[in-house]
Amino acid sequence: MNGAETMEFFIDHSRCIGCRACVQACEECDTHRGVSMIHLETIMRADSVQTAPQVCMHCEDPICAQVCPADAIKKTPDGVVQSSLKPRCIGCSNCVLACPFGVPKYKAEINQMMKCDMCYDRTSIGKRPMCATVCPSGALAFTTRENIERTRQGVAIREWQFGGEVVRTKVNVLVPRSVQKIDVSIEQIGTTTTDEYDVAKLLMGD
Amino acid sequence: MAKTPVTIPELVAQFGPTLNRIPATGWNADVEPDRIVKTHCCFCGQQCGIQLKVKDNRVIGFEPWEDFPFNQGRLCPKGVKRYMQDEHPDRLKAPLLRKDGTGFVPVSWNEALDKVASEIRRIQQTYGPDAFALLGGASLTNEKAYLMGKFARVAVRTANIDYNGRLCMVSAGAASKKVFGIDRSANPWSDIPLAKAILVAGANVAECAPITTNYLWQARENGGKLIVMDPRMTPIARNADLYIPVRSGGDIGVFNGMLHVMIERGWIDREFIARHTTGWDAVEETVRKYTPEYAAKIAGVPASMIVKAAEIWGPAPTSFLLHARGIEHHSKGVKNCMAAINLVVATGRIGREGCGYAMITGQGNGQGGREQGQKCDQLPGARDIENPEHRKYIAGVWGVAEETIPHKGLSMVPIMEAIHAGKIKGLLAISSNPMVSLPNSAFMREAYEKLEFFAQIDFFLSETARYADVVLAGSLMEEDEGTTTNVEGRVIHHQKAVDPPGHARADWRILCDIAARLGQADKFKFESPKAIFDELRVASKGGVSDYFGITWERIDREKGVFWPCPSAEHPGTPRLYEGNKFNHPDGKAHFQPVEWQPAAEETDSEYPIILTTGRVVSHYLSGTQTRRIGALVDQYPQPLCEMHPLLAAKLGIAEGDFVQVESRRGSVTVRANVVKTIRPDTVFVPYHWPLDRAANNMTVRAIDPVSNIPEYKICAVRVTRVPAPHDAIAELEMQAGGVR
Repeated sequence: MNGAETMEFFIDHSRCIGCRACVQACEECDTHRGVSMIHLETIMRADSVQTAPQVCMHCEDPICAQVCPADAIKKTPDGVVQSSLKPRCIGCSNCVLACPFGVPKYKAEINQMMKCDMCYDRTSIGKRPMCATVCPSGALAFTTRENIERTRQGVAIREWQFGGEVVRTKVNVLVPRSVQKIDVSIEQIGTTTTDEYDVAKLLMGD
Repeated sequence: MAKTPVTIPELVAQFGPTLNRIPATGWNADVEPDRIVKTHCCFCGQQCGIQLKVKDNRVIGFEPWEDFPFNQGRLCPKGVKRYMQDEHPDRLKAPLLRKDGTGFVPVSWNEALDKVASEIRRIQQTYGPDAFALLGGASLTNEKAYLMGKFARVAVRTANIDYNGRLCMVSAGAASKKVFGIDRSANPWSDIPLAKAILVAGANVAECAPITTNYLWQARENGGKLIVMDPRMTPIARNADLYIPVRSGGDIGVFNGMLHVMIERGWIDREFIARHTTGWDAVEETVRKYTPEYAAKIAGVPASMIVKAAEIWGPAPTSFLLHARGIEHHSKGVKNCMAAINLVVATGRIGREGCGYAMITGQGNGQGGREQGQKCDQLPGARDIENPEHRKYIAGVWGVAEETIPHKGLSMVPIMEAIHAGKIKGLLAISSNPMVSLPNSAFMREAYEKLEFFAQIDFFLSETARYADVVLAGSLMEEDEGTTTNVEGRVIHHQKAVDPPGHARADWRILCDIAARLGQADKFKFESPKAIFDELRVASKGGVSDYFGITWERIDREKGVFWPCPSAEHPGTPRLYEGNKFNHPDGKAHFQPVEWQPAAEETDSEYPIILTTGRVVSHYLSGTQTRRIGALVDQYPQPLCEMHPLLAAKLGIAEGDFVQVESRRGSVTVRANVVKTIRPDTVFVPYHWPLDRAANNMTVRAIDPVSNIPEYKICAVRVTRVPAPHDAIAELEMQAGGVR
């Protein structure tokens, strides 16, 4: 592979403004027109305006595929984890429960799991994924690693630690330079402090 | 009598707003478009490049346009779903005549246009030429904006024409003209990422100008520091280097306080000031008393924030100021802008790479719409209607005697006041929905009800068009061709994608046909919008906004051309004021000393809370278009009242409770959204909705004495918990003004 020209997907959560252009544009994508696959999470609106886009991270060893009893989830040779294969998917939702990123969703009306496939119809013909093309803030970007390193202060990483399990992903996240991998331990969940966004506290001064 | 012919719920049942959720060809992937049209978004002032997919004269989808330099394919949710306004069930397809008790009935164009022309004549003959008024808009192309101005002065011959940019850009424009002599953003957006200090004053960039976000973040990647002033912690404020939660109307405290500190610490460019400016001494004298502590009291923030802002802005090698409605929508809007711009001039950081300022134009053609002569005091080329030389030149272009051109007329709010007072009896309007967008809605409704004759050119039956005697079915942006001028001053080309549906017609044809009926056919013999543009080029020649060297072909070839562009060989002017050449006769920038003053209506014991109004990302202005697009309505279906938990606790209000927000002028009943991201003394209600959900029921009908912009950003209200409303309006769908 010609490393310099390889396009990769990058997420920078600090840039997200929650505008939902990604969500609106995702459903305009030809392979799943009318159904949006990207998730845009509002973290804790009462405390903050923080939001976070979530595309499929396209794990090197996808947990969704590992837990699929019907072997319905396949990865392309270039590492894109696809939606479940219609003839195989039994709609059991194992993948929905197992994915550490909360990506796959069971669509009851078609009894099938569908998820972000990084706009395979677009990327396979040299276009950028819809969400990363329209994103007004650059929170989602589909470009070369070289370009990201040149234009962003953060560092792109794709290694996650979920408790005892290490997950490597095709999709990168941009984090401060001091971070090498993202360590998500159970204790962290639900303990985010958000007082820094309390305007009343800011007004009290130093 | 311009009252609604039947009840509002009956009109809603017939004309919507209803929601379009499905593309014209369904959610199919396999429909190949006949054509892909490279054009621009119809919504905000950024005018993003977008490609529309067209099949069988129907817009069926979109594709990002990655080669257009301003947005490089980026779009906000409004741009993505914009194509859903096409093939819409609510679309007006024929002219309508109001029939009392029946509603609106379709009539022939001849009948509709004859009626409009005869009413213009009757009213002018009975009450005088200025008793008939015109309202234009800043969503019109340059061609249509130009035509409106000419139509008013040559065909109708009324002094009273103004436009809804009066609600948007006039404070910024007036301030820029006073300081520099030109009403335009000084720099192209490509200068933003090169600035080491950026001050965003009163601009909810993430929601109202989303594409600008990437420019701001890119500046920060390059080591720039971002300061954001807003009573609410907006999405860009969350990650700013310094967020200043300024009290609405307290901005001058921050600006003058910063300048005070900068003078004290020697962070001003005295050589630049001496060589290229006038008026500095008065400014220095004025800000002397604005110590951080004094300024902080006005701004309603800790003094340390003002010092920190000065420490970021003052010594920076390059800097960029962005301001928008947050500081402009005040009865001191022009002063707010001038105080902000003083920070730019005092440092001499203007007219070069990474140095300057911009106002973030709100409406699609907010920039061009204010140059072509549809303002009450203006002729094409941003010329002054009271300047004899300017009048003479334009009279020559139009082929009329100079003395037949009316003089300065009333601006938009005074036009409505004159209607209310019975002085103006007739109105023809386009591209505006004042029943949602003007302050003090009850007063505006009374005014509309007093009109003897009201005609509206519209593509949907807006909340205002419901009061019309004649509705003329006009055109959407994609149904006609023309140019707009984006937030940077870049003139761009909107391509026609489809024909207007049914009997609907291009807006410019409607105006030309009325002009012909008023006996001025020979002055309105345009074959196409391009012919209008060619006359506009000549009319603007030698003016401040000189388009003479700009052609549609050049725009297409160069992906936009920046005015001024006086000749075909001229490259256009992306960055103004290079070489410190300013546009006053003395070539200098003119400092304007600014003292803070209170708002028209401050809080008191009866109405103790500040109301500020604004927009959300999925809706555009009065919502005439976006409240008809299902995906955008789902994203933000009804207005909410944002309030801090401290205030909510004091009022006994919990998240999701119904609350009545009430001022001396009116109220809304909406649900509470209890969030820590707003000042505890302030509530926020977005303004895109009509009727009992209209934020403008509460706002105050006070205007800036110079710009005449209304004070949308501050008035006094009280908030109380109320039961869920169940009246006929509340029961309407949310996009129509109902509440759930």
